[in-house]
Amino acid sequence: MSEDLTLTQHGEGSSEGARPARRGEPLLRAEKLAKHFPIMGGFPFKRKVGEVQAVSGIDLEVHAGESFGLVGESGCGKSTTGRLLTRLLEPTGGTISYAGQDITHATRKQMAPIRSEIQMIFQDPYSSLNPRQTVGAIIGGPMEVNGINPPGGREKRIRELLETVGLNPEHYNRFPHEFSGGQRQRIGVARALALEPKLIVADEPVSALDVSIQAQVVNLLQKVQREMGIAFVFIAHDLAIVRHFSERVAVMYLGKIVEVGEREAIYSRPRHPYTHALLSAVPEAVLAGEEQSGGEGKERIRLAGDVPSPINPPSGCRFRTRCWKAQDKCATEEPPLVRIPGNEEGHLTACHFPEEPTIAAREEDIVLDKALKAMEDAPADTAKKS
Amino acid sequence: MTSSSQAAEAGADTPGPDDAGLSSTRVAKNGELAGRSPGQLMWMRFKRDRTGVISACVVLAFFLIAALAPVISWLYGKDPYTRYGELDPHLLNDNAYPMKPNGGIDGEYWFGLEPGLGRDVFTQLIYGIRTSLSLAVIVTLLSVVTAIVIGVAGGYFGGKVDYFLGRLTDLMMSFPNQLFFVAFTPVVAALLVDPRDEMPTWLRSCVLIYVMWLLGWMTLARLLRGQTLSLREREFVEAAKVAGTPPFRIVRKELLPNLVTPILVQATYMLPNNVTAIAGLSFLGVGLPEPTPDWGKMFAKGAEVYQSDITYMFFPGGAMVIFILAFNLLGDSVRDAFDPKSGR
Ligand SMILES: Nc1ncnc2c1ncn2[C@@H]1O[C@H](COP(=O)(O)OP(=O)(O)O)[C@@H](O)[C@H]1O
Ligand code: SF4
Ligand SMILES: [Mg+2]
Repeated sequence: MSEDLTLTQHGEGSSEGARPARRGEPLLRAEKLAKHFPIMGGFPFKRKVGEVQAVSGIDLEVHAGESFGLVGESGCGKSTTGRLLTRLLEPTGGTISYAGQDITHATRKQMAPIRSEIQMIFQDPYSSLNPRQTVGAIIGGPMEVNGINPPGGREKRIRELLETVGLNPEHYNRFPHEFSGGQRQRIGVARALALEPKLIVADEPVSALDVSIQAQVVNLLQKVQREMGIAFVFIAHDLAIVRHFSERVAVMYLGKIVEVGEREAIYSRPRHPYTHALLSAVPEAVLAGEEQSGGEGKERIRLAGDVPSPINPPSGCRFRTRCWKAQDKCATEEPPLVRIPGNEEGHLTACHFPEEPTIAAREEDIVLDKALKAMEDAPADTAKKS
Repeated sequence: MTSSSQAAEAGADTPGPDDAGLSSTRVAKNGELAGRSPGQLMWMRFKRDRTGVISACVVLAFFLIAALAPVISWLYGKDPYTRYGELDPHLLNDNAYPMKPNGGIDGEYWFGLEPGLGRDVFTQLIYGIRTSLSLAVIVTLLSVVTAIVIGVAGGYFGGKVDYFLGRLTDLMMSFPNQLFFVAFTPVVAALLVDPRDEMPTWLRSCVLIYVMWLLGWMTLARLLRGQTLSLREREFVEAAKVAGTPPFRIVRKELLPNLVTPILVQATYMLPNNVTAIAGLSFLGVGLPEPTPDWGKMFAKGAEVYQSDITYMFFPGGAMVIFILAFNLLGDSVRDAFDPKSGR
């Protein structure tokens, strides 16, 4: 009896209504995860004069083999989240657990057994490879550190990896400066794969690449993810790039997750105004195939202003300074990330006054940017003048 | 996990244009594509720089002369200690200046004779260069090693370690070098040896090395700290951390190879400075005691006798000018070769 009780309690505690039942225990779970960077100042003795609330209390779960997208504007704390999940940064609050084991404050030695299971792919291919090491040394380094001796030797394995990521195995003895950005990113992928990880955090892996090469690298990642069954946290700054990649998507705004759900839910039935705004920036061609109620095309939303500073974020809902639906309640009460009425299971939204679950065109476009609106209202005038 | 079919597939989806970065392909003997390391590229650039190559040869010649001084003096048949002027009365006049013009240069004494004691200038000079260069090399090596340890530790570990090391660096930097040497060397000497006794040469050398080392590492340490700070933030260091690399290995494999450039460039500037500083100290009388031959001491002697025998000053002076000039040009070339973008 008592055993039953604890089990149920445990189950409730872990699900939070977020997770479809079929998946079982998540591989990685973050709860109320926070990272506040101190701002030091003052003379003659430096002390903390404030803090950058880069990530302030996010909950997320990544299941084995799943591809999870994390999307948000620049500066909203995506990279910080990624670095927290890989334990490159020390969290200032909350917990992270990997396969049921609490790793929130694990030291390097304590992390050792699972180090090889969590890997990272970095944003900048020009800074993520040591210019003084050969490709072989770069990919082989993690194996050496973790004492991995694959059958046939490390060199053979490295050449296989190079082939897997679509590079010539003969490039083994070359140096990074001889490769293009896309090729460098492939080397970064090979390095991440060298330890046969279970989870890879990819921090905007293609945003530094030419558009023509982005798709190739995304395809490579997708192939790796599917064929090797590696769970991915794919970080991106727009919804277009993770569209085909991610089974589940979380939208971040200013250090918080504002909406999370299955891909279908986020792309076709978003509820949070910010998700609507992000989706409206995605080219229609990319969204083709998503069910769109209506059929008169896609809604148009143009936000005004910049993302507020994470040093002094707005009270209540952090999006309220740019939200067209904001009311008094939004300034005083922070909306919790919950399954609001009308959402399917696993689709959570943090908003007091959510939007309709559709992205079909509205009767009137939402253009909050005054300059943009003025420009669009008088296209005839400008045409005449010029 | 990596089946070959999968690999082939991956290979197929790599398009040609993405391969554009590989134009500098060099095919080695065994058919393997071998890349040029940054070091090899730097060496190629350096070889094209004629000034750099010539000055490197000159500098090398000085080091060879210094290293082979005993051999040279054996072939030449004289040594720097014997007072030839006292052995042979035809060499010096009554005022103890060389009889022959130009400081007594002839086929026997190539660079002439020292006024007063009548020692051979040529062997004195090569042995003097040997002494000064050895001291300068030791001081430079010690300073560089200290700078690496302090700079990299401060930059990599940050926080309290960095704060403490930074203040130490500031403190040491606030000492005026030359003044400190002149004032401090006799003090250390007095601490170690009864002032009435003559200080042995080796002890005097150690004091010189110690004092110059103590004040010689700060500039490079600061530079390396800054470089380490910026390298630490680079993503390849984070990649190493994600793989669980221990800090010492990160310093050794990821940071140090990227610090070789500033270290080498800075060392090529440091060494000639140390040579002049040691010469300056000898000139001021806090150098090595007689009869140890010493470059700087020859200047002191030259300054004493320049009105009657300018030739004596000519050889050590000329050698010093050539050496410093060549070394500084070499330093510039090394810097340009390492970092072609900063070219003037
Ligand atoms: N090491 C740091 N020290 C102080 N502030 C930081 C640091 N790293 C990131 N930040 C701040 O945290 C916020 C989020 O940064 P980041 O996670 O890099 O955003 P994103 O990757 O979404 O563009 C930014 O305002 C950034 O300035
Ligand atoms: S809570 Fe209010 S301000 Fe925030 S997104 Fe919803 S409506 Fe807008
Ligand atoms: Mg980022």
